[in-house]
Amino acid sequence: MADTAQANAKKIESEQPLPFGTGYKLIGKNYETPDMLAKVTGRSKYAEDFRAEGMLFCRLVLSEMPHGRIRHIDASEALAMPGVKAVLTADDIPKQADYLDDNGRTIKASKWGERALTNEPVYHGEPIMAVAAVDELTCAEAIEKIRIDMEPLPFVIDPLDSLRPGGPNPREDGNVWERGKPPAPPAPTLTSLKWTDADFADYEQGKLPMGYAPDTWSYGDVDAGFKNAALVLDESFITPDVSHQCLEPRTAMAYWQNGKLYLHSGTQSTFQTVPAIARWMNLDPDKIVFISEYTGGGFGSKITGGVTMIIPALLSRKLNAPVMMRVSREEEHFIGRARPGIAGRVKVGFAKDGRITALDMYTVTNAGSYDASGDGGSAARIVSLLYQPQTMRWRGVTVMTNTPPRSAQSAPGGMQGIAIIEPVLAKAARQLGVDQVALRDVNCPEGKAEYGAPNHEGKRNYTTSCFMRMALERGAEQFKWQQRIAQPKRMGSKVRGVGVSLSCYVGGTIGFDGLIVITPEGRVRFHSGIGNLGTESVIDVHRAGAEVLGVPWELCDVVWGDTSRIMPFTCVSGGSQTTHAMTRAAFAVATECKQKLKEVAAKSLGGNAEDYEVAGGRVSRRGGGAGLTLAQAAQKAIVLGGIYDGHEAPSDVNKRTKAAVAALAGEGLVVAAKDNHPRDGDTYSFVASFAEVEVDVETGKYNLTDFLAYGDVGTVLHPRSLGGQMLGRSTLGIAHAIGQKWVIDPEYGMTVAKRFYQNKPPTILDVPVDMQWNALNIPDPETPVGARGVGEPPVGGGCAAVLNALSDALGDEIFQRAPVNADTILASFEAGRPMQHPLMGSI
Amino acid sequence: MPEMEDSNTNSKAQQITRRRFILGVIAGGAVVGAASYRILSPGGRAHSGGERLITLNVNGTMRRVEVMKQETLAWTLRYKLGLTGTKLGCDRAECGACTVLIDDVPHYSCSVLTNTVRGKSVTTIEGLAAADGTLHPVQKAVVDEQGFQCAFCTSGFIMSAVGFLKTHPAPTRTELAHGISGNLCRCQDYNKILDAMMRGAEYMRYGVPAASQRRA
Repeated sequence: MADTAQANAKKIESEQPLPFGTGYKLIGKNYETPDMLAKVTGRSKYAEDFRAEGMLFCRLVLSEMPHGRIRHIDASEALAMPGVKAVLTADDIPKQADYLDDNGRTIKASKWGERALTNEPVYHGEPIMAVAAVDELTCAEAIEKIRIDMEPLPFVIDPLDSLRPGGPNPREDGNVWERGKPPAPPAPTLTSLKWTDADFADYEQGKLPMGYAPDTWSYGDVDAGFKNAALVLDESFITPDVSHQCLEPRTAMAYWQNGKLYLHSGTQSTFQTVPAIARWMNLDPDKIVFISEYTGGGFGSKITGGVTMIIPALLSRKLNAPVMMRVSREEEHFIGRARPGIAGRVKVGFAKDGRITALDMYTVTNAGSYDASGDGGSAARIVSLLYQPQTMRWRGVTVMTNTPPRSAQSAPGGMQGIAIIEPVLAKAARQLGVDQVALRDVNCPEGKAEYGAPNHEGKRNYTTSCFMRMALERGAEQFKWQQRIAQPKRMGSKVRGVGVSLSCYVGGTIGFDGLIVITPEGRVRFHSGIGNLGTESVIDVHRAGAEVLGVPWELCDVVWGDTSRIMPFTCVSGGSQTTHAMTRAAFAVATECKQKLKEVAAKSLGGNAEDYEVAGGRVSRRGGGAGLTLAQAAQKAIVLGGIYDGHEAPSDVNKRTKAAVAALAGEGLVVAAKDNHPRDGDTYSFVASFAEVEVDVETGKYNLTDFLAYGDVGTVLHPRSLGGQMLGRSTLGIAHAIGQKWVIDPEYGMTVAKRFYQNKPPTILDVPVDMQWNALNIPDPETPVGARGVGEPPVGGGCAAVLNALSDALGDEIFQRAPVNADTILASFEAGRPMQHPLMGSI
Repeated sequence: MPEMEDSNTNSKAQQITRRRFILGVIAGGAVVGAASYRILSPGGRAHSGGERLITLNVNGTMRRVEVMKQETLAWTLRYKLGLTGTKLGCDRAECGACTVLIDDVPHYSCSVLTNTVRGKSVTTIEGLAAADGTLHPVQKAVVDEQGFQCAFCTSGFIMSAVGFLKTHPAPTRTELAHGISGNLCRCQDYNKILDAMMRGAEYMRYGVPAASQRRA
């Protein structure tokens, strides 16, 4: 298959997309994933489905203040109740450990870092205590008897309020995250930043204030770019805070056996969650077994699970009994993470044909109550890549508020950046009289496209490959763009609108390990450290390994979801890196496995390794003659020992892969390998998104009537799971346009939208019944299998294509924030201007 | 729903009164969630009171189980009968992950009191395949179309679709979407779910192709 990949890479020169699966037996073909049967019969076990002998339950006590300090807790009455076993407070939470990152650098635990429980809650709903008892009703009754004396402290919900002169800080030591300067940035620190009254002069006119911003970069002569522009637009736009709301709440169950912690919970990244637990528990990773065979969604909120998962672990240790912590939907709204809303302002200069000559972008990111969100910088990077402005400056402020913690959410920053700039492009196209698709075409990235800030040498990073323009043009054709725009817009009270958006996000990392065992029974076992959160990459990537080995898929097994079943060094499943990173690792280990099979054959049957070939589940002498079945080769490997059966590991794999190899020693032909394949550029995937809406201007209600996402995502690995990602993540983006959002009361700091029916994630009736997707299937030339990640690239396009379709139907003066609801349209269409408060953070 | 009178309970002192029940809920305050259940820990600990023994018809089998007055069917299925295929996604009739069939009609089991289904037939995802393990046509169709991603919503969606298809055997795509619109998929895999369910409707009408037969 290596030859096939190289041949495919050559075809890129002619830039011709290939039908899915061309040249492959497994890659690009649909198949039944080994977890499907369990999923349709109810046998798939998620964290809450496990039971243990003598299992206790615990429940959380949440802060009723957005910011306060606990003076005293009296739990004596609760503890005296029959059935109540223990309480856990912040004082019982271990001090977080410093840790070594993948590059061996020590990362100090942050003094502002989130812990599982706290004595100084910084948002309404933050866990302050947990109570364990024989059942949940006893927990609830006990919670009623706990007396908590808490001192209220100043709080702030809206980032702009915090930046006003004399505005409140979310914590005593500041309101704004300040980052160190490259090349080796220290951890962000919290400082206090207040702007001047003059900065807020145009606030009431809906112009985002642009005071001092700690983060900034630029390239080119932006002022000259504006001077050369035929049209300059200056627009403010607000994106909503949107919580992930995975359908499985972050429930966890824990018990201890022989000094080892056994923890069941959902995660996106099985292998990488162990070091996270170790850090939170201040515990040796070898003492942790983490089980997460099935995870009910992640979207960035469970990259390494969640810090609260250690609460049942600590109670279990205290009580010497298994403890289940069920997390309710309401609690999930507090502790379940969210995408930071960004208030953005962009000034854009356009040439006559729509080419962007200058872009000045300003972002205010609501980072919530804990970590320093990187979404503002990411928004700017994605915009700089996607539209290739000739000159650009970005300035950003990342503000802490007393609102629930944020985290990455599918296309973090990218989604907001695209949502902020795309409506401006749509407006410009209308003002310049340029077709919407043509305007995006003229700004489209291509090939090794540069993006982001110049580095310290003044050079900018660039992509591995980009065929966005082809995806845009083919998408426009499939969507029948030209026919659609030629049709009449208005029919009675109904107005139709069509929108297009470009979209992209990071699509892969490099340098991880693969691990294969060929058993004496002749089965090929892939050890997968990837989480099973629904993307199917946990299985899909190993198809590339089987393809390289030339073994039928029926002979292959994949073990996953339980760290006691041994895993190699695996990437976190975040940032759409898994498909790219782990197909590379699968390619590396399968290539190495082939070589080892040839060596085993040569040592057993004579001759040199080069005299043998691996095909059809056998290793045999070229041109016919003696050979070994996989079973025989595995048996021989055990006899040979050393590097063949896992008694020795390759020197370049990660130390945890070495431990995994040692744990498997003697089980068969045990092969580990590191992905050392070179890569020129950074891996990004691209999507062109198209939407059509029909708006009833008498009621304000609108329907999304058609949608297409057309991807440039490298080689298609598994069409059905790709389609699920293309449309599922598009819809995640669409949600930001059509209604999903947080609402937090600014006066009392209380979360108001804390149920599904209040924050409105899309239902099946909110999307067209026949959404479409397609992909170019052009292999990325910088990775052996050619496959890139796809989870995040469609998200921004989903949101922006719908926003653009709405402004096509209604005009440019109806909304300057997302989501756009029926009442937005009703009030604004009649008034002819945006009627919602333009800049308030949470409405 | 009618309140069930509990004539069998003799340990009045330990009984949970409505007032205490409500207080418990209020006490939870922000932590209401599902805290209002009293559940027995596994391991045969003495009953904490409030339960009475009833008989339920679940997946064609008569099951004897002790339940409380305020206990929901989802709870009984998951924590008393070991049928964890029925998922709790919200516990407040919003998401449909807990959908089961009661006399062939889909219901949110998080919002049905167990006492009210005595004398009725309850079908959960575990009871959908035939006794010999042959998958239900809708289950088979989901496998064939790789319907769903994380699959936490799958049991509920399948039960809704099976219930809907019993009364609407040949729906259009739009009709089927309405039929299963009481279920939420946070992976937003609606297009692929509809593909799978439309194929399931076909399999129910015309049979599962022999090449595609599969046992659980």
